[in-house]
Amino acid sequence: MKIEIAFLYNDLMNIYGDRGNVITLTRRCEWRGIEAKVTPLTVGDKLDPDKYDLYFFGGGQDREQYTVADDLKGEKGRLLKQAATEGAVILGICGGYQLLGHYYRPFEGPDLPGIGALDIHTIAGHQRYIGNVVVETAFGTLVAFENHSGKTYLGSQAHPLGKSVIGGGNNGEDSTEGAIQQNVFGCYLHGSLLPKNPHFADHLLKLALQRRYGAVELSPLDNKLEEAAHHSAMQRARETR
Amino acid sequence: MKQTFAIATGKALLILLQRTGRGGTALPGLIAQRLDPHILTGLTARLPSGSAVVTGTNGKTTTTRLFSTILQQAGLKVVNNRSGSNLIRGLTSTLLDQATFSGKLVADVGLFEVDEAAFPQAIAEIGPRLILVNNLFRDQLDRYGEIDTIRKRWVASVQKLGVGTTLVLNADDPSVAYLARFAPTGVRTVFFGLDDPAQTLSELPHAVDATKCVVCGSPLRYSAVYISHMGHYQCTNCDFKRPEPDYLAQNILLQGTSTTQFTLTTPAEPLPLSLGVPGLYNVYNATGAAAAALTLGLAPENVRLGLAEFKAAFGRIERVALAEDKALLLALVKNPVGFNEVLRMLTTSAEPKLKLLIIINDLIADGRDVSWLWDVDFEVLAGKVEQVFTGGLRAADMAVRLKYAGVASSLIRVEEDIATVLKEATEHLLPGETLYVTPTYTAMLQTRQILQKMGMVLPFWEE
Ligand SMILES: [Zn+2]
Repeated sequence: MKIEIAFLYNDLMNIYGDRGNVITLTRRCEWRGIEAKVTPLTVGDKLDPDKYDLYFFGGGQDREQYTVADDLKGEKGRLLKQAATEGAVILGICGGYQLLGHYYRPFEGPDLPGIGALDIHTIAGHQRYIGNVVVETAFGTLVAFENHSGKTYLGSQAHPLGKSVIGGGNNGEDSTEGAIQQNVFGCYLHGSLLPKNPHFADHLLKLALQRRYGAVELSPLDNKLEEAAHHSAMQRARETR
Repeated sequence: MKQTFAIATGKALLILLQRTGRGGTALPGLIAQRLDPHILTGLTARLPSGSAVVTGTNGKTTTTRLFSTILQQAGLKVVNNRSGSNLIRGLTSTLLDQATFSGKLVADVGLFEVDEAAFPQAIAEIGPRLILVNNLFRDQLDRYGEIDTIRKRWVASVQKLGVGTTLVLNADDPSVAYLARFAPTGVRTVFFGLDDPAQTLSELPHAVDATKCVVCGSPLRYSAVYISHMGHYQCTNCDFKRPEPDYLAQNILLQGTSTTQFTLTTPAEPLPLSLGVPGLYNVYNATGAAAAALTLGLAPENVRLGLAEFKAAFGRIERVALAEDKALLLALVKNPVGFNEVLRMLTTSAEPKLKLLIIINDLIADGRDVSWLWDVDFEVLAGKVEQVFTGGLRAADMAVRLKYAGVASSLIRVEEDIATVLKEATEHLLPGETLYVTPTYTAMLQTRQILQKMGMVLPFWEE
């Protein structure tokens, strides 16, 4: 088996160690004898929606986010959205999450358009949510670190990724964290997210492989270190917030 | 009159606190500041040879100390600050300590280390003769705000610099070199940098902040990369490029964890230098300090002796000797760039297989977000370690990072408790071996405390 991973804007949207997610997806394939190929796709690069099984889209700084939004305005954004509606797996974190939605509304100036693969929108907020977080999801508990001031609201097509147990969540108001629509996942979870939530990493891999190969069972891996990291992150979230 | 009173009162309070064993607080500075809001400006104006400021994300402590050692070689009495919170208040207290009751200062020159966030206010209040800017990295974003915001604030304060000020800038760092564009007429800019094909990296490392042009946003093209985003760059679209340095480090000879040799090309004679601390990072620090000192008109001989005599007594790397010729080598790690540099030093050291102890805490002073571990290129350790211990509050996160970097799980031992892991790791050493210990800030403080309790003598350390 082989999985094709597109690392969207790896040179621009790579703050807070989000590349740890791509490293995790790749390694967990390799350890199972599944070939994983990562292709960086940045500004100006063409996107082939038939080629990739999984897209990763991390967070960036404001300026980079404008550059990326601009690059996604035309054909490329349309193709990425097409991939989403055709069932490709996409994981967007923070800025990437926001750009998967309809728009980001800054305090001043025009809205920053997203691709609308998630029925969400984000509004600049005055409060910054920073700290360790715990989220309950249908795929198990997620532990991570949040750092955002944008407030994200879900429309009727998107479902929350989970319930925010510790942390500000999407907007500090409705106790939701992240969004899911088809196989598109978005959230504010840095940390990196997938290394210490291996069950969620495997869920994404399985979804991506099933689309190409039909029913797939992933062979079990030794997750002792990952689980220890999961537990210590949970403990730090309880102690620090 | 108001100022004289403020100085005398602050001074009296300082002496009182020192006599009662409560020295080193910022309280006298606070009181004096209340009595006269312009007291810091007044105090620095009384320094006979003026003052200089060092800023940047990485290495400013070392750079300040190198610069200070050079100034002392020239026979100058230097007043230094401790970096930390309440910078202005702390500086005021430091200067009060050096002042007489009548407001005369005992020191000749002030040399102040200022962090990125405090830079604009510090510059405005101190009015330095010279400003040395080392580099600008993404440090702990949750502490300082994003890099763009900092750059904008720096630009605004550079635009307000007075005539006669000298800016000493790292030409190899695009964000720093960019500041020169905003220097008003009458402000002198001096550049320093590296030029040594033997020290270049094959590609930009992952922990890179600035691969886009700060002027127009287009990609930068690098013909050489030394550390992170520092190197020889040129914009692919506009005229922005690395300025030609006035002071250039060449023929760099790094020798693992010991000293470093290089040649400093200057507008006058080239200067062969020997540096008492290891690592390419410190070549940047030393080149910046040397460029600043030579620009101020100090003799090359003072620079040479100052750098040669500098020891990393308080610095980033220190060696602790144990029985049976065993040793600990402590190196503080606080961000991806610094950590990459430490890894580079370790993997070029003489040891064929390393024994390593990485201690990661996530308290405020360490940065609460451990995501940054995923920006460090631990992949260089794969195949080069014999045993890695991980300790601290986020020992498990660190272990996972190593596993995904290709270090076999069987070589990784996780133990959060620092005292326990230190004991285990040192017991594991064979005669003649060195344990490399890389703690984050608060983990370093704890480690040193534990080592002291174990009866080891450590030099005074501050960061
Ligand atoms: Zn440009």
